[in-house]
This record gives sequence, C-alpha cells and structure tokens, in this order.
Amino acid sequence: MIYDILIIGGGVTGTAVARELSRYQLSIALLEKEAELAFGVSKSNSGIVHPGTQNPPDSLKGRLCVRGNKLLRGLSREIGVYFKQVGELIIITTAADLPRLQKLLSDGRKLGVRGLRIVDRKWLAKNEPNLSSAVPYALYAPTAGIISPYRLVYDLAENAAANGVEIFTDQLVTGVKKGRGFIVETTRRKFEARFMVNAAGLYADEVAALYGAADFKITPRKGEEYLLDKKRENLTRHIIFPLPTDKGKGMLVIKTSDGNPMIGPTAEDIEDKTDLSTTAEGFRKVTDSVREMAPCLDTRDIIAYFAGLRPVSGADFIIRAETALPGIVTVAGIQSPGLTASPAIAEYVVRLLRKAGLNLRRKKHFQKYRPATSHLFASSVRRIRGLLERDPSYGDIVCRCELVSAREIREAVRRGARTMDGVKFRTRAQAGRCHGGFCTTRIMKIIAEELKLPLTAVTKKGAGSELVTGDRRAPV
Amino acid sequence: MRRYELVIVGGGPAGLAAAIAAADRGARNILLLERDQYLGGILNQCIHPGFGLQYFREELTGPEYAARFIAELPKYPQIEISRRSFAVKVTARKEITYLKPGCCETIKAGAVIMATGCRERTREMIHIPGDRPAGVFSAGLAQKLLNIEGLLPGKEVVIIGSGDIGLIMARRLTLEGARVKAVLEIQEKSAGLTRNVVQCLEDFNIPLYLRHQVLKISGRGRVAGVTVLNMQENKTFELACDTVLVSVGLLPERDIFADLSGLPGLFVCGNADKVYDLVDNVTRDSKKTGFLAVEYLRSKNAE
Ligand SMILES: Cc1cc2nc3c(=O)[nH]c(=O)nc-3n(C[C@H](O)[C@H](O)[C@H](O)COP(=O)(O)OP(=O)(O)OC[C@H]3O[C@@H](n4cnc5c(N)ncnc54)[C@H](O)[C@@H]3O)c2cc1C
Ligand SMILES: Cc1cc2nc3c(=O)[nH]c(=O)nc-3n(C[C@H](O)[C@H](O)[C@H](O)COP(=O)(O)OP(=O)(O)OC[C@H]3O[C@@H](n4cnc5c(N)ncnc54)[C@H](O)[C@@H]3O)c2cc1C
Repeated sequence: MIYDILIIGGGVTGTAVARELSRYQLSIALLEKEAELAFGVSKSNSGIVHPGTQNPPDSLKGRLCVRGNKLLRGLSREIGVYFKQVGELIIITTAADLPRLQKLLSDGRKLGVRGLRIVDRKWLAKNEPNLSSAVPYALYAPTAGIISPYRLVYDLAENAAANGVEIFTDQLVTGVKKGRGFIVETTRRKFEARFMVNAAGLYADEVAALYGAADFKITPRKGEEYLLDKKRENLTRHIIFPLPTDKGKGMLVIKTSDGNPMIGPTAEDIEDKTDLSTTAEGFRKVTDSVREMAPCLDTRDIIAYFAGLRPVSGADFIIRAETALPGIVTVAGIQSPGLTASPAIAEYVVRLLRKAGLNLRRKKHFQKYRPATSHLFASSVRRIRGLLERDPSYGDIVCRCELVSAREIREAVRRGARTMDGVKFRTRAQAGRCHGGFCTTRIMKIIAEELKLPLTAVTKKGAGSELVTGDRRAPV
Repeated sequence: MRRYELVIVGGGPAGLAAAIAAADRGARNILLLERDQYLGGILNQCIHPGFGLQYFREELTGPEYAARFIAELPKYPQIEISRRSFAVKVTARKEITYLKPGCCETIKAGAVIMATGCRERTREMIHIPGDRPAGVFSAGLAQKLLNIEGLLPGKEVVIIGSGDIGLIMARRLTLEGARVKAVLEIQEKSAGLTRNVVQCLEDFNIPLYLRHQVLKISGRGRVAGVTVLNMQENKTFELACDTVLVSVGLLPERDIFADLSGLPGLFVCGNADKVYDLVDNVTRDSKKTGFLAVEYLRSKNAE
C-alpha cells in the first residue's frame, strides 16, 4: 500500500502532527524506532507548558510557543489529558537586574503573552512564601501550566489511531529512496508514501541525511532533573525560574502534573545521543542553585532522577519543506519549548504540506474526543465505587505507593504499553517511593499474560533491557 | 458503616501476633486487613532457616514460622481475615477505608493497630548517579523474584550495601548458579548480623569490600558495570556485572497514618514501628501491642 503520509518519530512532535492530519481524508503511518512511543526526548523533560516568555520576539519558537500554550488547553480537554495552569515567576536576586526583567516583559508582550506583570516583594511574600526573601521582584506569567509529557504523547497517539492513523513501533528508519513517492526502509520492512514528515528528534539530522539534506547537525544538550516526594507538593505554588542566560532557562523549581515537585534541569552539551546518565556534579549544581531560590529544599526528599537530551541545532526550531525534495517536511532542533509548541508545530507542518501539494479534505466523522483514562489516585471515593461497579479489579491494588490497580495496568497494556517503563509512564505504577520494590513482579505477570510472552521476555524499555535472566521453573 | 472493636492493618508476623494476643485478652470482634492474598508478610519470601530460635526454640524457615501463627487462626472465630484488602486511608475518627476486588468500604474501629511492615531504601534515596538500566533491584525484590516467582534476577551480581537481606541474597544467588562478584559497603563494618557475614559470604568466598563507595552504575539496556571508589586508598576501579542489588536499609511503612501520630487508640507494631533484625522480637513486641489495644478498649468502655 502507498500511504499518503509517513511520519518518522513517535515523540510529541510526530504524534501531534499525526493527530492534526487525522482530521483529513488521508492514509497515514507513523514509524518509531523504540519499543514504544515517547521513549525519546518527549519522556524526559520538565513538563512545563511555557507561556512564551524567554524567547526572542522574532523567533519561530516564540511564536509557536505562545500559540501552543493557547491550543493545548482545548486539546487537553478533547483528548482527556490533565492540564493545569499554575503560573510561573521569573525571579531576580538583585534590584539592579530589574531592567532585564522589564525587557523580558516587553519581549513577552510583543509575542502576545497574556497577563504578564512584574510583582514585588510584598506580593511574593504573600503568594510565594517559600521563596527566598532575597528576591526583590519577579516577572509573573499566569498562563504557564503543567502537563504530563508522556501521557500527552500516548493520548495524542490513541486519538490519532482512533481516527485511522497506523502506528508502528520497533521500526528504525534506515533508508529513504525516491520512487513514485518515497520508499522508506526500516530494520523490518519497507513503507511507501507520497509525503513524509521527519520528526525524529535527536536523530532528525541523521534521518535528513538519508534524503540528502545534510546541512544541519543536532547536538544533544543534557538536562538532569531530580524529583521530590509528593509530600513536598507545596514546596512552591508557582514554577520558579531564574533569569535566563544564552545557555537556556536555568535551573528551576518545577511543579509536575502528578504532584511531585521537580528541580533542574542542568544544561551540558555532550556528544553521545544515548548518554542519559546523571552525575554527582549535576546533582550538586541543581541542588545548590535551587537552594538559593527555595532555601527549605531538603535533598532527602529526592525520590527519583533522570536526564533528558535537548536536540539543539542553532538557536531556533528548523521547520521547513525540502524544496529540493518536494513532499518532505523536516522538523528539527525541537528543543524547549517543543512540548508546549507541539500543537502549533503540527498546524504549521500541515500548512507546509498543503503548500507542497497535499490535498486536504476534512473527514466527515473525525473523532475529536477521547475519553480520559481513569486513575484511582485522581479519583474520589465515590468515583472509585463507580469504577468498581464497572470492573471489580479496580479494587485489586498492585502499586501501593501510587495506588494503581490491576485493571489500570491491564488497560495500559491494552492501550499500547509493551514495557515496564511504558506501564510506569501511563499509570505511575513503580514511580513512587519504593520504585517497584513491591509491585514489579505483579506488573511483569500482567504484561506477560496480556502480550502472551514468557516472563523472561518482559523488558524495562525494549529489547536488551530484559528484567530477569532465567526462569528456574522451566523444565531443564 | 460496619463497626469493629479492633482493626489491624497488615497480616505479617506483627499483625498476626497482635490479633491473636488481642483475642486471647478478650477482644470480641477483630478485622485483619491484608493486602496480599496470603498471610505471613515478608516471611513468605524468606525461605532460609534462622527464624524462631528464640520464640519457638527451634530453627524454622520464614514460611514455617508464619505457618505456626496462621494454623492458630481457626481457633479464633472472633478474628475476621480480609485478604487482598488494601487500606488506603485512616482518619482521626478511626475510620478506615480499604479497597479489595469489587469493593471499597469504610469501617469504623474502636482501636486500630498498624502493622504495615517496612519498605526498602532505594538506589535513588542514596543518590547513586549513572545510567538507569534494567538489572538494578532492591535486595528484597530480588529475593521475591527468586523465591516466590522462580525467576533468576541475574548472572553476574554486585551487591551495594551489606544489610542482612543483601547478605542472604548473596548466598541464595550463588546457590542458584549466579556469580556474586562483591558486596560493597561504605562503612567500616557490615550492617548485617555477624552470623550472616560468616554463613552467607565467608563460607562461599564472596568478597566483602568495606569502605568502598559506588560512584556510578553504567549500562544502556541492561546493567554493564559499576564504578567503585576504594575510600581508604582513594582509588577507583570498575567492576563488570549484569545485575546490581541494593541493600541499604529499611524504612517503616507509615505513609497512610503519618499524620496521626499520638492519636489515642492508634497503635503501631512490627517493622512499621521500628526496623527489627529478628522476627522473634517482632512477635514478642506485637503481642504486647495486642494487649495494650485491648486495655485501651476496656478503659474507654469503663468511661
Ligand atoms: C531536560 C529537558 C527539559 C525540557 N523541558 C521542557 C518543558 O518544560 N516544556 C517544553 O515545552 N519543552 C521542554 N523540553 C523540550 C521537549 O521535551 C522537546 O522539544 C520535545 O519533547 C521534542 O519532541 P520530538 O517529538 O521532536 O522529539 P522526540 O520525543 O525525541 O521524538 C523523536 C522520536 O523519533 C524517533 N526516531 C529517531 N530516529 C528514528 C529513526 N531513524 N527511525 C524511527 N524513529 C526514529 C525517536 O526514537 C523518538 O521517539 C525539554 C527538553 C529537555 C531535554
Ligand atoms: C525483604 C525483607 C527480608 C527480610 N528478611 C528477614 C530475615 O531473613 N530474617 C529476619 O529475621 N527478618 C527479616 N526481615 C525482617 C522482617 O521483615 C521482620 O522480622 C518481620 O517480617 C516484620 O513483620 P511485620 O509484620 O512488621 O512486617 P511484614 O512482614 O512486612 O508484614 C506487613 C504486612 O502488611 C501488609 N500491608 C502493608 N500495608 C498495608 C495496607 N495499607 N493495607 C493492608 N495490608 C498492608 C503487607 O502486605 C504485609 O503482609 C526482612 C525484611 C524485609 C523487608
């Protein structure tokens, strides 16, 4: 079969493009090299829906960020993903920096960021009591929000699939040839399509090189993040930023959609696109600089940490139709605020495809809505009783730290989870204090049962990350 | 709302001893909530001997020790056992909400005993940097994988921390054909019982490195190795392995009643109260807690 469009990359960019295109009468396939979607940059970030400040007023990413912030509100309702507006504060530690804050304010206004204003010590003392009293002023951006980055990807993908998009995982794209349209080779098979979108994140340069567009290079910039116990949910009321530098937005106190505060990220240019290790140095940098903003930080509250890699290529996003190869759109250098901008990037990509000759006819029966996934941890006792009537196994608790039932885990697998990490991202099981100490074996069994795999084939995050090395019950 | 004189949360050795003691002292209706489908708590995965030397004056395995108490239960019709029942909330009015398949119920208790056991400290709590591959387990999880599920967690193993569970797992994994390359301990002496150091490490020629700190865990898919600092000589070296067990201590599991400390009529026993080395002492102390709960109920009735 010849698809109208192939999308390479199942991160937030690729899935947002897929969902946007699924409004139209088109045959679409999305290819992802990992065992599951959202296993690239989109799984390890700060989860902030940025208001659009901290971007130059003439930048593409600034424009798309402001637009994305607006679109995500409606989109999150449509596809049933939790979004919360919490507001952010960009702080200064000396009044001498006030002009820089005013510059951010006027840049932000030029971009159309709503509600920006500078607040003083008195306002801060009342509205952000845990903030260091050494902060004289801050820029307040009320439209900043939080979202679960991986659940956004999964819910976009699920809604896209409900509207006909075919999703293929474990498909590393290794070659692109010109046929009547394009012939895309993966490690498993060939796909043919008339149009193509490269949304390959860190590897967008390598995928572009496959079709001869080797004029840019992506350098990973590592960001380490440290999650705190939910008990500290109220460490701060807003997301707290220092003044941005050329290296990025600096180290923040972040609120996450699951309630755990998070601190970070660092910003370190590295070579290796697979290096997601955290370091003792990163730990020190993050905790030292956050302590300056929130002196009550206690490192004993840290329950998890990870690193993500920003796909950096110059200062701005690269989103372009390849003029030498009509039919291909390249989406590269999608560093922060790529998560926020994703729905706006999707609109922009669709416009480029239309210009390149793609015929867009709306579907009569586009399914705009996706029912929200039920999570016990977010349900009242009354709602839990309702769920139990629907399915008794909502009462069969597997993960005790985060209150996740067997039913939720089974459902996650039925909705596409293939690995322990995939179950964790979708349900939060194993994401709490004990890190799977109690629930790992139960989750392994549910995955094995649902996917009809032997327990020895259950992985943490895809082939090569098998959890156990042998089954002693097997007959010798 | 159903009412019970006494509700016990947790059916490990602590909860079992408290329930039986309270019944012996005259408590007339007791509900014991256990999250698992089996009673016995963590003892079910402790298939090695060494339990009961003090309490029963004989050497039993963990499941045998638990079975002694479970076998008593039919004599106590006043103890109602609810398995697969997870307590999610306890309020200051001693109302307890629990979930079990098909059911979410809130009950009212005259007195409550929390016997929820403990959980293990994790790699994250001691901030070991590096990669986050498959093959990093807490020692108790490795014990469960092997002893309950029959799954071998790995072949070439390094154990971080020399707590008792780590020592016992060093021997257990060796008996299953895995190679335990080292037990690394940051302190000057082992955190475990001397008998475990001798019987689990020395008897099997497993090296224990004292004053050694793990600086990094490496590996992309599965664990590939650890970087270790010899603190005495200030030298680092690499150890290749496919599995890391973390055995760096236990923490009482008190989250669901953390805000209620000091509440009259709320009692805590076993590992939820403090971390015990020996289960015999858990039984001894938890029986006392059962008695105390009955005394509390009597004094309240007298009022
Ligand atoms: C530390 C950190 C913090 C951040 N914080 C924020 C924030 O708070 N707010 C915000 O808006 N943004 C934030 N970002 C940015 C945001 O995470 C990214 O912009 C966004 O996730 C990029 O998504 P993507 O889909 O383009 O890339 P990815 O998620 O990497 O998706 C690309 C996909 O393509 C796949 N792929 C690659 N090569 C191939 C191939 N050859 N064949 C098949 N598949 C392939 C990859 O496996 C991957 O899944 C942050 C980033 C980092 C690193
Ligand atoms: C991994 C591990 C290995 C050990 N090995 C040994 C050993 O070899 N030798 C030794 O002497 N001691 C050992 N110990 C110490 C041992 O735990 C104690 O001696 C004893 O088991 C503690 O009894 P307990 O009843 O307090 O806790 P547990 O045995 O842990 O029992 C607690 C019970 O409470 C249940 N529970 C918890 N929360 C809830 C809730 N909210 N609702 C309902 N039920 C709940 C749990 O499912 C569990 O069954 C070990 C401990 C651990 C953690």
